[in-house]
This record gives sequence, structure tokens and C-alpha cells, in this order.
Amino acid sequence: MTSTMATTQNSRPVHLSVNGKPCQGMAEPRLHLADFLRGELKLTGTHVGCEHGVCGACTVLVDGVSARSCLMLAVQGEGCAITTIEGLAASEHDTHPLQQAFHELHALQCGFCTPGILMSLSELLAANPDPDEDAVRDVLSGHLCRCTGYQNIVAAALRAAQILRERGGHAR
Amino acid sequence: MKAPAVDYVAPRSLDEALQCLAGADNARVLAGGQSLMAMLNMRFAFPDCLVDINRIPELAYLRDEGDSVRIGAMTRQRDVEFSDMVRDRLPILREAILNVGHRQTRNRGTVGGSLCQLDPSAEIPTIAMALDAQVHVASASGTRSLAMADFPAGYMTPALEADEMLVGVSMRPWDPGHGWSFLEFSRRHGDFAIASAAVLLSFGADVRVDRCSITLGGVSTAPVRMAQAEQALLGTKAEAADIERTAALCGAVEASSDAYVPGWYRQRLARVLAGRAITRALERATR
Repeated sequence: MTSTMATTQNSRPVHLSVNGKPCQGMAEPRLHLADFLRGELKLTGTHVGCEHGVCGACTVLVDGVSARSCLMLAVQGEGCAITTIEGLAASEHDTHPLQQAFHELHALQCGFCTPGILMSLSELLAANPDPDEDAVRDVLSGHLCRCTGYQNIVAAALRAAQILRERGGHAR
Repeated sequence: MKAPAVDYVAPRSLDEALQCLAGADNARVLAGGQSLMAMLNMRFAFPDCLVDINRIPELAYLRDEGDSVRIGAMTRQRDVEFSDMVRDRLPILREAILNVGHRQTRNRGTVGGSLCQLDPSAEIPTIAMALDAQVHVASASGTRSLAMADFPAGYMTPALEADEMLVGVSMRPWDPGHGWSFLEFSRRHGDFAIASAAVLLSFGADVRVDRCSITLGGVSTAPVRMAQAEQALLGTKAEAADIERTAALCGAVEASSDAYVPGWYRQRLARVLAGRAITRALERATR
């Protein structure tokens, strides 16, 4: 299979862990992490929106904390542990409680912003299993959704927290 | 958009980073990337080389040095937010940092990056100005420190030579019992503030204001200390008329206009925010 990414003289290998698996690819210094995940590693669940850190669509976890993958170079990912939306559910046949709650409560329409929002919320629920609405809205302030008006997203985040508490599990 | 082609080095020590800067013509230091990466993607910045300082552990620290708290340039805003030492020693910095961008950007954004970006409405430079911070700068030929007041050389331009980089900042905590408040107004939480006010004050044994610092962010080309307003509050019992007079002096600040906000609106915000911040600081101060 030929890569769609232009590999130039300036490209260099990048070794990192993505969703718990060791990965490597080639990146020019100017390539941001979101384009590397999508183009080089073929993980297209991470969406690219504004490319200047405002919309939050490209949010992933870098070493366990949320970050804009458009504001980080792929070469800076060397040695890092990245978690993307593809790594949220335990398996391909399973849904994470966040995904389940978003589905049940209609917390998405077009779905473009959803992967980034789920990654940020997974960070919140890992740190705070019982967040109040203010805490959820504070995290969501870093994301733009132009479909829903956010109400159902807030409701789904709180529902997911409840599901996780009832299971006694953790949001990764 | 996509960033322009650029060289990239990731030095492992400060010395190595300073050598990179000394040997480069048009290099930019890349810290948290929360402004510079956006500027690269939008092609507002065209450096030949990025000197990435993310892998230099000696630049990331929060150190209580007694008289002052020293913060490394590469210290993430997240670490300031969650530091008990900052909460206890520099409560106004903690209050301000909660307004810096969002959880997702504070996780990577740094103290030094924000200081060097020097956006006039940015919270960290405003607090550095309010606390009379000392800024520490290094190059391959040596180190120097300068007052935060002398750090802005112009709009979003720090007084750094091409081979220099910011390595840290020292902020002097106020005595226990002081009052503080940071307030800003922006259209949405996390957006750049249209205006902000940082106020610190303390009372003497005679129950009059014996020390006071008032800084406005967002109104001018850089955060600005309001010396006249500080003088107006000093020596008073900070009663309603004193607060009103002080806030009015803040409202007289020379404010800039842009495509979105006229200067008179920034002045109006400066007056209202200063008044509220003084009132909040008074509630927190021990008399």
C-alpha cells in the first residue's frame, strides 16, 4: 500500500504508542499529530477542524491528558503514549459508556466534534467520577459543537458518569 | 491550513538549546505550542527552525525560594493550576490561570510561552506585571534578569535578542492577610479577554490600605500598571467613594480600538472590572 503522505528528504521516523500499541511512521517536522494519526497511521477517527486549537475536534490524550493534536507536531510525539477515539472502547464490538450514553441521549447529530469531546470527557471522568454539571460544562468549553446546543452532550456526560459509577469501573 | 516547511531540533539540555539559538538565523523556541503552532498552521509565523524545549526537564519547575516563587519557562499551566504551593503563596496566579484557555490547552501551554507570546489580554503576563515579577533570560553568552515592566518591547514583542530565550520568572508573594482578585470579561469562557483587572492590596495597623497593585490587561498594547489609581487607594480606608474614585481612574486608561471592540468599551470594562476586583480583594483581605 502506498502512503498518501508525501515523504520528503526532511521526513524522519517517529516511534510512539497509540492506543496501547507501539507504532511508527514517517513525518516531516511541520506535520501535526492529527494529520500523522490520520494520514500515516490511518486512524481517521480523530477529526481535523480549525487547525488552530479553537474547535477541539482533534483532541486526543497525550500521556493521559487531553491535548489538541493540531497544536502538536508529530515529531514531538516521539516516545509518547497517545490515546485516540479508536482506543476508547475495550474492543471493536463494544462501546464505552460515554459512547453508549451519547447514543442513547442523542448527544450528536453530524458527529464531527464527537471524537474530541469524548476524549476530553474520558479525561474528566477518570479524574472525577462524579462531576457536577459545571465541571462538565467547563471541559466542554474547549469544544465547539454546531449541531446540538450542548444540552444533550451535558446530559450524556452525566449519564456516562453514572453508568461508570454503577459498574464500579473507570473511564480508562 | 498547514504549517510551512521548517527545520526542527529537540535539545536535551538548556546549554544545547542556547547553542542552537546562537547558531541559528531565524529560529523560534517551541514550548507548549498553544500559540506558536496555531500561528504556524495559519502561516502567520515563518521560522527557519524550531527549537523544541519540551525535552529539557531543567526548565520545568515550581520552586518556593522564600522571598519569591520561581517558575521555569517550560512549566505547564496545568502544573501551576494544581500546585498547592501556588494556591497558598500566589493565590492571584491560581485564580487567573483558571481563565487561561481551556483544560485541553492548559495541559500543554506553558508559563514561559504565554509570557513570550505577550498577548496584551493574556492572564500570565498580567499577573507577572501585577506582582512586579523578575524575568530571567539566557543566551549562550550569559544570563540576565529584568523587571516584567521592561519585558514588553512592543505589541506582542518581548525584549529578547534573537539568541536569547526566557528560562524562568520569579514572582514575589504578598504577606498572608493580603487581598487579591483577578477578573476578566470575554465573550465566551476561555476566549481572549476584552479587558481584565488584577488587584492586590493589604491593610496597615491603622486599617488603611498600605500597599496596593492594580493592573489592567487587554486594554493596551501590553498589560499596564495603573500607578495613579494605586495612589488614589493608598492611605484610604477603601470605602465606597474611594473604590469609585480608583475605578474611575482605571476607566480613564488609554485604551485601544480594534475591528471588534471600540476603545470606549474597553475603558468602560476597565472601570467596572477594577471596581469589582477591588471589592473582592477587600473581602479577602485581613483588616
